[in-house]
Amino acid sequence: MLIDWFTVGAQIVNFFILVWLLKRFLYKPVINAIDAREKRIARELASADAKAAEAQKERDDFQTKNEDFDRQRATLLSEAAEEAHTERQRLFDEARHDAEELRVKRQKALQNEASSLQEAVSRRTRHEVFAITRKTLADLATTSLEEQMVEVFTRRLKEMDEQVKTELAASLAKSSDPAVVRSRFELPPEQQAILQKALNETFSAEIRIRFETSPDIISGIELASDGRKIAWSIEDYLMSLEEAVDELLQEKKQPKTNDEQPIQERTSP
Amino acid sequence: MRLSPDEIIFWQYGFVKLNATIVFTWGLIFLLAVGAKLITRHLSTDLTRTRWQNMLEIIVTGIEKQLGEVGLSQPRTYLGFLGTIFLFVAAASLCTIFPGYEPPTGSLSTTVALSLCVFVAVPFYGIAGQGLSEYLHSYMAPTPIMLPFNIISEISRTLALAIRLFGNMMSGTMIIAILLTITPFFFPILMTVLGLLTGMVQAYIFSILAAVYIAAATQVRVTKPATLQE
Repeated sequence: MLIDWFTVGAQIVNFFILVWLLKRFLYKPVINAIDAREKRIARELASADAKAAEAQKERDDFQTKNEDFDRQRATLLSEAAEEAHTERQRLFDEARHDAEELRVKRQKALQNEASSLQEAVSRRTRHEVFAITRKTLADLATTSLEEQMVEVFTRRLKEMDEQVKTELAASLAKSSDPAVVRSRFELPPEQQAILQKALNETFSAEIRIRFETSPDIISGIELASDGRKIAWSIEDYLMSLEEAVDELLQEKKQPKTNDEQPIQERTSP
Repeated sequence: MRLSPDEIIFWQYGFVKLNATIVFTWGLIFLLAVGAKLITRHLSTDLTRTRWQNMLEIIVTGIEKQLGEVGLSQPRTYLGFLGTIFLFVAAASLCTIFPGYEPPTGSLSTTVALSLCVFVAVPFYGIAGQGLSEYLHSYMAPTPIMLPFNIISEISRTLALAIRLFGNMMSGTMIIAILLTITPFFFPILMTVLGLLTGMVQAYIFSILAAVYIAAATQVRVTKPATLQE
């Protein structure tokens, strides 16, 4: 008989003992260890995931901040560039304006200088012209010329205006001092006589006269009495000529100042 | 000619006896239990662990995985029973490399004992899983006519389990014994190697068949609601 029933029973008992032993010493501890490890790994993975998520979030935050910073920097840079450009334009305009002003001022100064120089030159020229004229006429003034002058003077006496004549006559009559006849040179006696005669005839009275010489009179004769004076001399002509020239210059100056207006308009930007 | 280690009797007192089967079984129990105890004394839950621990984890998780693949929805429940069957049969076969050793699985008494355990365990787990009436109803599925055939199949498969394992293990030792008398030097070693392979295959077959039977007994519960819905 191959089956020994006692052995069968004993083996069943043995088997259950083995089951119990292995459960106690093998399956339970090993499975517990595996479970514990799996839990631990899961926990570590979860924490790693959380850390990764946090890191990702931080990286995103940082990236966002970085982008913000870049944008801000770009804005500031462009603003600064704009400001610099504006400032440069402003300074440039200012400098141009200043330069323009300076130029205008200098031009004006130059014009003033030129005009004053011109004035000085014209004054000097005028002066020189008159001086030359006076000198020339003085050089030409001789006794014969004096004769001619006496003749002219007498003719003018005769041709004198009635009103002036009466006024002068009244003045001559009123004056106690003799009337003064001035000339450049000493008049010869014949000339004096002609003059005396002409005066007497003109005023129909005996006129007392005194003859004097004066270097101021370039060429001519002057009759003065009690503040009144009748004269004919080249000096008078020259004086009136000088006055006319002065007036002409004054007139010339006036339009010149008016001419400056368009220049100013052109220079201003 | 000795067919079974039952025949080697060390001590006997009437019906009670101490034969080689029981003694070698005790030896295996001692080896397995002490080995497991020694290794699991310092189990680490860290990522670093000893090679022995790795080995045990591979064995335990491998068995668990196999049971899951067979169709047991909660393999850990059956790990103690089915895993121990596998480890006992495998250890019994592997120890044939020691001279003088007689595998206890080469005794029909041992294989019958194991088969009886399976024979009891199947209705036990079936009733625990789906209740007594449900389990008993499964014998009359699909029709009550199938009841005797189901009972016959239950008994015959238990018998088949016992005989298959006994035949394989016994034949292994028998072949070696015979070959030793014919070609005593080289050929028996090859046969021993082959015997190791056969022993492992038998351990696998025995435990997987037991798992399949238990799975069949417990799986009805899962499939039945689906059929009711149809």
